[in-house]
Amino acid sequence: MRFPQVNPRSTPLKRLALALAVAAAVMIGSGATDPAARFNDLGHKMMCTCGCAQVLLECNHVGCTVSGGMRDELSNQIAGGQNDSLILQSFVQRYGATVLAAPTTQGFDLVAWIMPFAVSLLALIGTIYLVRHWAKQQPRLATATPRNDQEAREQDELRQRIRRETGIDGGL
Amino acid sequence: MAAFGSFALLIALALAAYNLFAGAVGLRMLAVGGPNSQAWRVSPERLAETARRAGIAGFVAVTAAAFALVWSVFHNDFSIEYIVEHSNRALPAPYKFAALWSGQEGSLLLWAWLLATYGFVLRLTHKADVTLHAYAGTILAAVQVFFLVLINFVAPPFSLVRGGGIPDDGNGLNPLLQYPEMVIHPPMLYLGYVGFTVPFAFALGALMMRYPGERWIRITRRWTMFTWLFLTIGVFLGMHWAYAVLGWGGYWGWDPVENASLMPWLTGTAFLHSVMMQEKRGMMKSWNVWLIFSTFMLSILGTLLTRAGLVSSVHAFAQSSIGTWFVWFLVIILAVCTFTYILQRDHLKSEHHLESLVSRESSFLFNNLILLAACFTILWGTLFPVLSEYVDGTKKTVSGAYYSHIAVPIGVFLLFLTGVGPLLAWRASSFKSLRKNFILPLIVFWVAALAFLASGLKPWADEGVFYSIVTWSLAAAVATAILSEFVRGAGVLHRQTGRNYLSSTVLLVRRSTRRYGGYVVHLGIVIIFIGFAGYAFNRSAEKEMAPGDKLQIGPYTLVNLGNTQESNANYDTEFSQLDVFENGKKVLSQPMAPEKRVYLVNGQPQTMVANHSTMRWDLYVVFEGTNPDTGMPIIKAFLNPLVMWIWVGLAVTVFGTLLALVPSLAPGAAQTATKGEKPVLAVAGGAD
Repeated sequence: MRFPQVNPRSTPLKRLALALAVAAAVMIGSGATDPAARFNDLGHKMMCTCGCAQVLLECNHVGCTVSGGMRDELSNQIAGGQNDSLILQSFVQRYGATVLAAPTTQGFDLVAWIMPFAVSLLALIGTIYLVRHWAKQQPRLATATPRNDQEAREQDELRQRIRRETGIDGGL
Repeated sequence: MAAFGSFALLIALALAAYNLFAGAVGLRMLAVGGPNSQAWRVSPERLAETARRAGIAGFVAVTAAAFALVWSVFHNDFSIEYIVEHSNRALPAPYKFAALWSGQEGSLLLWAWLLATYGFVLRLTHKADVTLHAYAGTILAAVQVFFLVLINFVAPPFSLVRGGGIPDDGNGLNPLLQYPEMVIHPPMLYLGYVGFTVPFAFALGALMMRYPGERWIRITRRWTMFTWLFLTIGVFLGMHWAYAVLGWGGYWGWDPVENASLMPWLTGTAFLHSVMMQEKRGMMKSWNVWLIFSTFMLSILGTLLTRAGLVSSVHAFAQSSIGTWFVWFLVIILAVCTFTYILQRDHLKSEHHLESLVSRESSFLFNNLILLAACFTILWGTLFPVLSEYVDGTKKTVSGAYYSHIAVPIGVFLLFLTGVGPLLAWRASSFKSLRKNFILPLIVFWVAALAFLASGLKPWADEGVFYSIVTWSLAAAVATAILSEFVRGAGVLHRQTGRNYLSSTVLLVRRSTRRYGGYVVHLGIVIIFIGFAGYAFNRSAEKEMAPGDKLQIGPYTLVNLGNTQESNANYDTEFSQLDVFENGKKVLSQPMAPEKRVYLVNGQPQTMVANHSTMRWDLYVVFEGTNPDTGMPIIKAFLNPLVMWIWVGLAVTVFGTLLALVPSLAPGAAQTATKGEKPVLAVAGGAD
């Protein structure tokens, strides 16, 4: 048996990203299967509609006339063999779109999920590009490059001593 | 007293308006005057001084108005509408103070009073830099005018009851606010919100006057740190209040008002980091100016979001026309900031650029990027219901389910940067130093991760477990990195001075309080994240409990001793007394007593949670209500792991911030402490 060879062009960063992607795929793929776990999962994907602005399974105020009925309805639908998607749809039809605790992944709702990652990614790419651009523009440093380990060590020690005595590196 | 309060507010408005006008005219004369300034009948310096004194007198007037309202609350003056709405005779004295900020009019008055107080201190310390303080004082006056116009004409706190005579008693304070932390949480939060006006005023003033150099940052650094500290304490007190009072077992519900407090905290944190690059290397000047502008505007936006009724929130006041005022105020601030920036942007040119992706500067840049990404995510999630209603006609709900998918990965990455940043050198880090600094934290990360896997945690089974393992492993690595900085520095001093390690550590910290205080803050954040990660393992059990019934949760068995009803002048209460056993052994000497109160004056209920807190977990018990059929109480118990770590982390963060505020040892003193070593450089100025 042969293990796949490591791509020599694959950087540690790429490998980390790949490992994270696999982990994420595994997590997304694994859904709850037993009724109690499904009840807990779905009950946290919906809001109580009494106006308390709390997640269905966390609505705890005295005399709520809504959450008890909604929980029973959820239990019945799970027991009736409905899949998660159909259960959520039936709640949306009955209580309106605000019953869902988070936007769906369809239509304009998708923008809610994409936008933070898209903006972060663009900002990240922009920052990396800018830093690299600045780094290329920098003139060569006037200080000589250390010729050997001994010289590098001495320079490190000197730098540390300067930092200690002047507090120039006083911040984080 | 109502007339006195109203009059004091009018006087305060007149003084703030004079401060703004005279300050602006005086500074304009100074800016354009030059030799012609002799032609003015009043010297600009004198005009600016009268403006400063008007600001000080304004503080006295606003203080008088705030005192009048508090005095009226304590004397049950129900001729004032605000007091009828937010107080009653049976209200305990500490909560009468809380009435000051429990309604819209009172909280606006508190805002104005805190702003006047900050302005008072700023104007008293004007000798540090008279011109810069004059600019900052004038900008503060402009903000003050806005708030005083609101409380004089739009939401006056001293309005009298109309028609029907003066009531005998008031409607009482919202029961949710009748909790000890509510006496200090809102003022802390407001100290944070309002406090950011000061660095904003300095930044805008410095830009307007083309202030030479970076000294204005040194002047405002302590202001910014104090403000950040207040906001941090305010946010966490709010979390603790939500945990102890709302009774749903959690401490953060991603409510729009909570989000509104977090957004300026995130941008303020970003500013505290990136401003170091400006201080040390003259970089990121435009960025920093916009960070502090954004922080101030986010404070105002938060007020707009909750007061305009744009988004629904359990905290929000009733919808009112006041939102329109905040929209216009925000537009004016944005216009002034943009105009000033465009006019003076050449003054903000960086003296240096980043030289390497692997450097302290770039870690600050990425830290800023992540903090702003988190801020954008929260703003986006908060505003999405409004956007979705505009686009497809349906107001969508954005709750914790959304934020846990988006904000948690961002938070974990931020934790990673918390550890990485301080290990990188300024300008550029060599591969050798990277290897030296990172090897130990990296080993600790993998050892911790493997230990968690070996203990039976399955990251592939649940997203929450995955993030918890990553967070705890990262926390171990970051804590190692931070502590190794202390050990390394103390080791060098130990070798140089012959002091013991403890004494060397103390000297190390005293030499650079800002740096090591910052490390302590980071350690506090690490501890807080450890606590957050425990949330994935929360569990709960619920049962209707007759006397003698048992409820099992985790290792604990709760035994109901009995249910009791009592009354006092303020509320009726029902509570159960529960003995707690762990493996058959009684854990607490006194039984836990979760409680449900109903306030007599308005019939509103409130949960009083019973909580047994340890470093391992909280046993959190709620009296949910009574089954109307059986008359028996329904008890819900939560087992919430590691919550105590959050409050401990806050204490460490506060300690670290206070440490960073202490001046470092002067270089001379620091050198004296290092016996027999000849200094390589003699540089004037402190370590900060």
